[in-house]
Amino acid sequence: MSCTLRNKVLDNASPHRYSWDVPTTSPIRTPSREPIPIDARAADHLRYIRETMERAAEFTAVPGWGGVAMGLTALAAALWASRQGTPQGWATVWLAEAFVAVAIAAPSAATKARRANSSLFSGPGRKFVLSFAPPIVVGGLLTAALFQLGDLSALPGVWLLLYGTAIVTGGAFSVRAVPIMGLCLMGLGAAALFAPAHWGNLFMAAGFGVVQIGFGLWIALRHGG
Amino acid sequence: MVSSPKREAVPANLDRLIHERIRLGIVSALAVNRSLTFNELKALLKTTDGNLSVHARKLEEADYIVCTKSFDGRLPKTEYRLAAGGRRALERYLNHMEALIRATREG
Repeated sequence: MSCTLRNKVLDNASPHRYSWDVPTTSPIRTPSREPIPIDARAADHLRYIRETMERAAEFTAVPGWGGVAMGLTALAAALWASRQGTPQGWATVWLAEAFVAVAIAAPSAATKARRANSSLFSGPGRKFVLSFAPPIVVGGLLTAALFQLGDLSALPGVWLLLYGTAIVTGGAFSVRAVPIMGLCLMGLGAAALFAPAHWGNLFMAAGFGVVQIGFGLWIALRHGG
Repeated sequence: MVSSPKREAVPANLDRLIHERIRLGIVSALAVNRSLTFNELKALLKTTDGNLSVHARKLEEADYIVCTKSFDGRLPKTEYRLAAGGRRALERYLNHMEALIRATREG
């Protein structure tokens, strides 16, 4: 198969390409001589290398095993939160879980970045953070506002929706698994908003636990770690 | 007057093997990944099966990349990773391009 391809592409195509139909005594392309504005060409090559590396690095931008670990701690948090007597206690457990998740996500993303040669990682990494941050900030503000109002029943929907939005926007240019995971979280969040309030914790467990573990495994196995 | 012989010398010892868009793309992409499959590379570089396999083979023959073939269930899976020689070649090429730009701007 590859031999046939080679014969087709290399051995046959190039030698006959110009000599059959175009009457010329010298080769049209002289490979040893470069045109004069060579620095423009060189800059173009460098840009191409950089862009290819940035696009390629997105294959590994989101840490899969980190996602699995975050999912597992979320399941533990769901169990613990369900045993709290008050809505405030429930929300506190989940807020603590958010810090645990950040503590897992940051080093695992950094490790992955380092493995993918961190100096070249500035492009996709920065893009991800810039588009990931705004929905998270909004989520924080809404959480504070809902705390003030004293109505915490909408929190599961708000958290799932905005975390899902952050994943969708942050992962828009990443491998397909990432935005699909975000959409799943958004779907769960939308359902949680309109479902009975006492189902909230189940939605949280499903979204932050099950969905993250599932997609974490997918990313880890298909996209290197 | 110093820069003109330098400018002449640079294209002469340019690494022809990776001075080609697809091959340069393969090496660049593998430089930031432990390994990539044939299909990932194909999607990334927006090229055809034939094109990619020909260029990948050239790089493989030069020991710039390593190719491993395995089976994912019943589907054959081809994985590429960058060899030490390939990483050195890419570094040389990058230095080369930077030197070219520097030489023309200073000259």
